[in-house]
Amino acid sequence: MTQLSTRVPAPIASRRRASALSRRDNRAGLGMVLPTTIIILAVVIVPVIWNLILAFERTDFTTIAARGILNPLTLENFASVFTDPGFWTSLGTTVVYSIFSTAGSIAVGLVAALAFRKPFRGRGFVRSLMLLPYVAPVVAVTFVWQIMLNPQFGIVNTLGTGVFGWQHPIDFLGKSPYALATVIFFEIWRYFPFAFLFITARLVALPGDVEEAALVDGVTPWQNFRHVVLPQLLPVISLLSVLRLIMTFNKFDDVYLLTGGGAGTEVSAVRVYDLLLGSFDIGGAAANAFVLSAILGVFLFIYVKFFASKGDED
Amino acid sequence: MSRIVVQKRTFGVLRWVIIVVLIVATVFPFYYMLELSFVPIELLLLHPERLWVPLQNLTLDTYVNVVKPAEDGGQGFAHFMLNSAIVAIATAAITLLVAVPGSYAIARLKFFGRRQVSALFLAVYLFPVIIIAIPLFVGFSALGIRESLVGLVLVYIAQTIPVSIHMLRSYLKSIPESIEEAAMVDGAGRLRILWKIVVPLAMPSIVSTGLYVFMIAWNEFLFALLFLTANRDLWTVSLGLSQLSNGIEVSKTVLMAGSVLLTIPIIVLYSLAERSLTEGLTSGADKG
Repeated sequence: MTQLSTRVPAPIASRRRASALSRRDNRAGLGMVLPTTIIILAVVIVPVIWNLILAFERTDFTTIAARGILNPLTLENFASVFTDPGFWTSLGTTVVYSIFSTAGSIAVGLVAALAFRKPFRGRGFVRSLMLLPYVAPVVAVTFVWQIMLNPQFGIVNTLGTGVFGWQHPIDFLGKSPYALATVIFFEIWRYFPFAFLFITARLVALPGDVEEAALVDGVTPWQNFRHVVLPQLLPVISLLSVLRLIMTFNKFDDVYLLTGGGAGTEVSAVRVYDLLLGSFDIGGAAANAFVLSAILGVFLFIYVKFFASKGDED
Repeated sequence: MSRIVVQKRTFGVLRWVIIVVLIVATVFPFYYMLELSFVPIELLLLHPERLWVPLQNLTLDTYVNVVKPAEDGGQGFAHFMLNSAIVAIATAAITLLVAVPGSYAIARLKFFGRRQVSALFLAVYLFPVIIIAIPLFVGFSALGIRESLVGLVLVYIAQTIPVSIHMLRSYLKSIPESIEEAAMVDGAGRLRILWKIVVPLAMPSIVSTGLYVFMIAWNEFLFALLFLTANRDLWTVSLGLSQLSNGIEVSKTVLMAGSVLLTIPIIVLYSLAERSLTEGLTSGADKG
């Protein structure tokens, strides 16, 4: 968009040629985005709208098979979503899970980025190790965590009872207060690399002169971080917070694979899945999913309206 | 002044403590995975505290068992890996095929609706995946492509287009426009310019984007679970591992061998493309 305004107006002589060119560009541009647009429309936008319709319909798999997308309209799905205590519990769990995972992964990512700031031998290699939890397949890492935390033969409990003197092995993924904490801890482990990556990129690009001046003036390292470095990182941190909150709010795989949604870890996405495939309640699942994205939409609207600065658009 | 010295020392030490803790935290689970994949299950149950395998106990039976087809008493991971590879390669190829022209158009051409199209691609992220999962499950069932790799590839393409366009677009913007203008004077059309000039120049970014898409498709779990659970012949590695680890029939160390097989392609690709991948992902973030 910015290129448009900075363009120098073409001289009149070549204007006709330019407009022919821009018409050609217009056509070429449309042609080039068409395939992507069609796929996104077919596989994302149409399903989203269809989900909205399903949320207002009385449906299950048999009626859908018989009558397609046209079914009697109803508000019952929403009524049952809001009156089901399970919905509110899962919403609460999702909020706790999202906020703590987001805050934790950004905090660890920030600490990591700062620790890796000064060069040392092998830094590049160690840095690339940091990203392993983020790039590795979620099914593989959740499986390893399950085995590590297993009460019978997992290494954590073996060390805990053998070395640290725990009375009993702890069922980290199967017992109520522990399970949610463990799932959050896992999420921090898996996503701190993401924050680390972005904060590092920002740190590298920081102009050095302010900091040098501050250090010459004799500020302590902490003051330097608190008053010089951190303020310059705040934009990227707030962007990360929003991105991570959205992603974690919708998260399904990690929780489903670690606990199956049991022991007080049923986040909303897992609940929707259970409604869909556990009780075959398509309408209920659709209504529940719709309420989720409505909540996210409100949250995003507030963020864009009040917190996003103009520079964020690009 | 002394406060500065004290803090400098503290942070100097703390820094190394943090680095060591982080290395252990990130690497240990992978080490543990690798270690257990070479151990017979009896040994794990006997010595759960061991963090190394005595050489004489080292076994490859776990790998043999996990790779062997189910008919021969194995777990059939070789077949799952083939499925995953087909899905991931098809996804990466088709995504690039549509995302390269798409991102070029968004980066360079002023066409009617450019803003709206960019917003549309961003919007994909805002909807919970589970929200599109319900209609896709119903719709693909009706079309008869739910229980097929084709349906899976279609979903993965849609899921990876936005990030591909993001990575490609910022790279394409960094290519000087003057190169293309010269070709345009010679009368070359946009598609020709894209193919002959832009694609070769953008190859590093195209390759790393393709690898990233491959990794996402290889790792994906939810849609594989939704679409393919009933048909074992179509299982991807991720789905196979998760389905088998739910049961008690297959020993955990055999499944560890399966996790290693699931993870290794990702680690190899990641180490090949690490640099350009991290740059592509964070492009834009360094501007604050």
